[in-house]
Amino acid sequence: MPTKPAGTLYRGREGMWSWVGHRITGVVIFFFLLVHVLDTSLVRVSPEAYTAVIGAYKNPLMALGETGLVAAIIFHAFNGLRVIAIDFWKKGAKYQRQMLWIVLALWLVTFAGFAIRHLSLALGGH
Amino acid sequence: MTTIESPRSGKIGSGKIAPKYNRTGSSRGNFEMIAWLFMRLSGIVLVVLIFGHLFVNLLVGEGIHAIDFGFVAGKWADPFWQFWDLAMLWLAMLHGTNGVRTIINDYAEKDSTRFWLKVVLYAATAVIIILGTLVIFTFNPCPVVDGVQLPGGFCPAP
Repeated sequence: MPTKPAGTLYRGREGMWSWVGHRITGVVIFFFLLVHVLDTSLVRVSPEAYTAVIGAYKNPLMALGETGLVAAIIFHAFNGLRVIAIDFWKKGAKYQRQMLWIVLALWLVTFAGFAIRHLSLALGGH
Repeated sequence: MTTIESPRSGKIGSGKIAPKYNRTGSSRGNFEMIAWLFMRLSGIVLVVLIFGHLFVNLLVGEGIHAIDFGFVAGKWADPFWQFWDLAMLWLAMLHGTNGVRTIINDYAEKDSTRFWLKVVLYAATAVIIILGTLVIFTFNPCPVVDGVQLPGGFCPAP
């Protein structure tokens, strides 16, 4: 009769859910990256083609999408640094849970700063 | 009894695991370790490159409203930003491709499904990296078609 292993890093609770979050945000960022290289490549077609497509990024709905994307990027970045600390720091695995709360706190502060600035620029009268 | 399969990223016969937990030998022997290390090293660099990219493009001055053809032309007139964007393109694409490769290995159970998903993935990666690299290095702030300047470009006064 197998028993549930105790104290694992990647099964259940913070360790597993941060791993799930890292995967989902990673895939989202990857697909945006494909699109973003394609839209930027329009500078090679004509100045007007680029400016027209980039104009699509400036509507309010897209501003919300960009804010969500940056939320994903900030989480993936900070949690990625946590993964590196788990792998390379001697006490990383021991403190992985505490480090996740640090990641979430830093995420909240960084994301709030970004969202306030970006949304007031993007949604503000222009 | 549950049988735990060996990891798909290093199947028996690939020279990675069995026989005798072989750690060296085939030229592919270290690939997964190199990939693992690359994720961590490129990850650190990407945090700097992407945070810088977002800050300069979205948070400074008028933010997103300032982005148009002229904005890109202004940045790529400077080799510093050309190199920044090139490094970001290559590192992010390789980092993301390796991540998606891992996900395909984890969730696609049939050999042929995994094979074809990875063929599509690598093809998309090659197209995007080559396209992006060419765009950065062949960018022309003053495009001229059939002797006529395209509107919106930055052309020197005749």
